[in-house]
Amino acid sequence: MAVIQLAGIERVFHLGDSEVHALTHLDVSIEAGEYVAIMGPSGSGKSTLLNLLGLLDRPNTGTYHLEGRDVTTLSADEQAAVRSKRIGFIFQSFHLVPRLTAAENIALPMMLAGIAAGERAKRVTQALKDFGLDTRAEHRPDQLSGGQRQRVAIARATVMQPAVLLADEPTGNLDRATGDEVIRLLEELNQRGMTLIIVTHDQKIGSRAHRQLMMEDGALKSDTRSSPAAGKA
Amino acid sequence: MRNADVLRFARDAAAGYPLRTSLSVLAMAIGVAAVVVLTSLGDGARRYVVEQFSSLGSNLVIVLPGRSATGGFNPANAVTTTPRDLTVDDAAAIQRLPSVRRVAPLAAGTSEINANGRLREALVAGTASTYLEVRSFKMSQGQFLPVADWNRGAPVAVIGAKIQQEIFPGGSAVGELIRLGDRRLRIVGVLKSTGTGLGMNTDEVVFIPVAIAQAMFNTNTLFRILIEARSRDHIDAVKREVASLLKARHGGEEDVTVITQDAVLATFDKLLRALTAAVAGIAAISLAVAGILVMNVMLVAVTQRTSEIGLLKALGARGDTIRNAFMAEAAMLSLVGALTGYGLGLFGAFVLRQMYPVFPAYPPDWAVVAALVTALSTGLLFGIMPARRAARMDPVEALMKH
Repeated sequence: MAVIQLAGIERVFHLGDSEVHALTHLDVSIEAGEYVAIMGPSGSGKSTLLNLLGLLDRPNTGTYHLEGRDVTTLSADEQAAVRSKRIGFIFQSFHLVPRLTAAENIALPMMLAGIAAGERAKRVTQALKDFGLDTRAEHRPDQLSGGQRQRVAIARATVMQPAVLLADEPTGNLDRATGDEVIRLLEELNQRGMTLIIVTHDQKIGSRAHRQLMMEDGALKSDTRSSPAAGKA
Repeated sequence: MRNADVLRFARDAAAGYPLRTSLSVLAMAIGVAAVVVLTSLGDGARRYVVEQFSSLGSNLVIVLPGRSATGGFNPANAVTTTPRDLTVDDAAAIQRLPSVRRVAPLAAGTSEINANGRLREALVAGTASTYLEVRSFKMSQGQFLPVADWNRGAPVAVIGAKIQQEIFPGGSAVGELIRLGDRRLRIVGVLKSTGTGLGMNTDEVVFIPVAIAQAMFNTNTLFRILIEARSRDHIDAVKREVASLLKARHGGEEDVTVITQDAVLATFDKLLRALTAAVAGIAAISLAVAGILVMNVMLVAVTQRTSEIGLLKALGARGDTIRNAFMAEAAMLSLVGALTGYGLGLFGAFVLRQMYPVFPAYPPDWAVVAALVTALSTGLLFGIMPARRAARMDPVEALMKH
């Protein structure tokens, strides 16, 4: 069954008098466990699509089924609950809370979900170990390197064990070597069954994905499966 | 999000911006401290006056001739005409009431005092030996008027401190003869200086037995009857008993006014309480200003932390969770500010007491409670708007601000 099913999605922004069609006639289906890159030039609607998939934005028309459930009609609070449990975000600029330590940043989604402190501590310790951040638990973001920051962000995005991981230019603020390391980390998570969707400018990163969605002017230009490994999708 | 987590999150957020936080805490603290110190001053003034008044005599009830609708001292009390006068017999009857401890009749007039080659106009008070205790006066020389039948009086006088100084400067006055009007009287005592009380300056009064005064002024009426109740709790009983007794004695007519020191005190008390409340109101303006400052600080916080709010939303925070976090932060700023201000205010009142020991500058409880509650509620009230703004923020736009 498709984890993500978009049908007839339109998203229109009003800028003064003019209407901008950020997304038009979008029909996409993504299976559970897929590794998808969303690519295209600036203004092609990649970010809008990602925000929509992450339930941060609503389409003007069309339906979005997440794990078989129509999430377009949910209330804001219901959508927040879905984001909390089923969706993990990774941002280009990491978006760590500067006054919180690495451990506290990782615990943030669990704290917002109302998970008890004892359980949080257990899962944070595990996550710190999994992402090689054991010795950095009490460091604040400004005491961490870029790669470490993004690892903290990934740990935070996955600590609630979401179904879908959405990454917006995850390597945009990192050098090549660190970027590769981050991508490898995300691919590992994908191999363990997490659906991974990456928005990127970078052809090289895009080509590593099993499926590429090329966007142009708010519409899907092409939908290719590059790697034979993804043939099962 | 659990409540404890909301509080911890808000605390960390406030601690993350120390300058901003300490400035708004300071503003709130100054507001609360102003209320505490100013009401301490106002209430201190009230207590000071009340204490001074209590020195008039304890548990004092005063009967004056004439029916007056109002309580308390009133110029009309002095000029009311009355069908039946107060007499020494009335006073003697009052003496027999169960709740009454002492009674002192008071007849008053002015006369010339002539002694030691000096002449002076003086207020003459005809009264009895009990007057000293009823008014809690102290002697500086000799004795007060001797215990005697009120209808007869020995030719003796007690003079106030000022008269003693003016007529017998430097020397002892006891035993001296004076001429008061057409009478020759022997001074048996001099009162200690007490200042003004009951509308006359006791230091300039000559006290003589009531019978002599009435004969001197050719009258049989009394100016006042002063009564000391057995205790504070007996004051109301005294008032009732005296009113009904005199009504019976005066042919069923209520032609006297019974006032208590409490009534006089209550007037002053009310006046100074109103003053304190007014001062507290003025100080409360600074609390409102502090509340607005908290609002400003929270608005800045919301703007500064826009991307954090976007992140929290992306991580699954509901609108009300974000609102609660910001409200909790505003409440903390106000609470810490209020408590700091309370401490500062108490210290200020302490300094005042050290500087003016006679002045009991303690903040009244109501003012402290009102100041703390106002500080908290303005902080919360002014926290609502920024918190709602944060809760309503569009996550996509908020995330883009970085």
